[in-house]
Amino acid sequence: MIEKQRNILDFTLSSLLRRKGKNAALLIVYTLVVSLLASVLFFTHALRKEAGLVLTDAPDMVVQKLLAGRYDLVPLTYADRIKAVRGVGTVRGRLWGYYFDAGIGANYTVMAPGDQPVAAGSISIGEGIARTRKASEGDVLPLRGQDGEVRLFQVAQVLSPQSSLVSSDLILMSERDFREFFSIPSTHATDLVLTIANPRERATIARKITQALPDTRPIIRDDIARTYDSVFSWRSGLLLVILASVVVSFLIFAWDRASGLSAEEKYEIGILKALGWETSDVLFMKFCEGLVISLTSFLAGVLLAYVHVFVASSSLFQPVLKGWSVLYPDFKLIPFIDAFQVATLFFFTVVPYSVAVVIPAWRAATVDPDAVMRA
Amino acid sequence: MIELKNVRKIYNSGRPNEFAALKGVSFDCEARTFTVIKGPSGSGKTTLLSILGCMARPTSGRIMFREREITSLPERFLAEIRRNAFGFIFQQYNLIKGMTALENIMLPAYPGGEKRSVLEKRAMALLDHFNLCGKALSQIERLSGGEAQRVAIARALINDPAVIIADEPTAHLDTGLSREFMETMLSLKREGRTIVMASHDTLVCGSAFVDRVIEMRDGSLECKGAEA
Repeated sequence: MIEKQRNILDFTLSSLLRRKGKNAALLIVYTLVVSLLASVLFFTHALRKEAGLVLTDAPDMVVQKLLAGRYDLVPLTYADRIKAVRGVGTVRGRLWGYYFDAGIGANYTVMAPGDQPVAAGSISIGEGIARTRKASEGDVLPLRGQDGEVRLFQVAQVLSPQSSLVSSDLILMSERDFREFFSIPSTHATDLVLTIANPRERATIARKITQALPDTRPIIRDDIARTYDSVFSWRSGLLLVILASVVVSFLIFAWDRASGLSAEEKYEIGILKALGWETSDVLFMKFCEGLVISLTSFLAGVLLAYVHVFVASSSLFQPVLKGWSVLYPDFKLIPFIDAFQVATLFFFTVVPYSVAVVIPAWRAATVDPDAVMRA
Repeated sequence: MIELKNVRKIYNSGRPNEFAALKGVSFDCEARTFTVIKGPSGSGKTTLLSILGCMARPTSGRIMFREREITSLPERFLAEIRRNAFGFIFQQYNLIKGMTALENIMLPAYPGGEKRSVLEKRAMALLDHFNLCGKALSQIERLSGGEAQRVAIARALINDPAVIIADEPTAHLDTGLSREFMETMLSLKREGRTIVMASHDTLVCGSAFVDRVIEMRDGSLECKGAEA
């Protein structure tokens, strides 16, 4: 029995080779579509995972002060009142903001890191800034402060590209420099970050803080995770909509190719049947033909997508998925592949094509061989 | 060996273009004989051969093969009979282009499930028998008319069938090749095979070793031909 399947498979492969040009064209288009789809899936999944990893270092809760619905600088005195809430571990004021670089038209994120102090007069810059400003360690970077005065900062460090998804446009400076640069009084901070020992208490603590300080907005880590997730989902959705039109046109093309048999193919089926092939043999042969094409395209497409996303840094659609930042991070995603997504892709690409190939073959193979020969 | 009882074959039944290709044909064919079905184009020769060879089902009537009724057998049983008991030689040879002579010869044996190496050996022996060893790996379209015909005969013999069915095999051959073909048929008959051939070629019909010539016209047997 196995020999029979092997013989038919041999014949299938030789049939595919006989129509080299036609099948190669189909294989290329099919592979490209699968690779585009797989790229989007891999990319968004890996991005979401990466964002999730970033979030593991995120504070348990951030408290912002609101003024007329917009967030405002928070007085450091709020820290003591929050600390009094049961369950709150530490409370720390954070200093961060945005700086618009008119020269290159980009926004930078500026921070005064509490845990890794930067020497006064020097800064650490993200890989994106270093690239666009052509700055390296030891160079001096002029930046115009809140008061309009240009200050010179020496680049002490270029942040590692591994973390560039979040640090590409980052400038780290000392607290003193930050307050001076943005004219922020020492009594205030941008927001407050809290540690909470018991994750289950986060929501309760947030409610208590809002009651005690009605002009604040506590944001718990779960909210941040949800926002990240929806932002990535929305963007990948946008790309998927665009891709959908490509996929639909491919499906029409593939259906047309697979569901219609050429006169030559019908004639061949007639010959095979006349020579003693059963309908099931012809169907198995056609199914193998469809499977070889769709499976090869699927594997090649997935491999191409892997290389595109995790080796070539998703060069095709970075601008769409990473937002509207001017400084696109130049980084390589850590390969994360979701087996469920790959399986979904398999069922939406391989299965329909393999089935579509069999239907017309079944129609041709069920008529008497002499009718096919006379057609 | 093969017996047809009052076989009718109607194409496009119930449609305006309904056409009766066979109108109640009864005919029997003894084992190890050479029968020629003669008649003008459109007389129903090919339809009769298709029904004899289990390639088409009759609209009515019965077909017996080796004293067993096969008229209403399911398709897969008919395919098995077709594969194991009959070897077909078609007018246009019906070899598959783009494939080698060797692959074409092995085609009818693929569903049999024999080991490929065994099949290849048998196909090579047939190629050798027809002096085509050097052409085993040549593509069909590169063969001459005579070579293609010998490949078609080799293909018909790959499953060692008891019956050879040939439809106008000499229609496109010159006299030399036609004689060569008839020599091959003679040797097949001597091997004990039954041969049923449709032809209106005088070289075939007048051949000394043809046992019986049956004449057809308008879907009916004109007369039960004289024994040769």
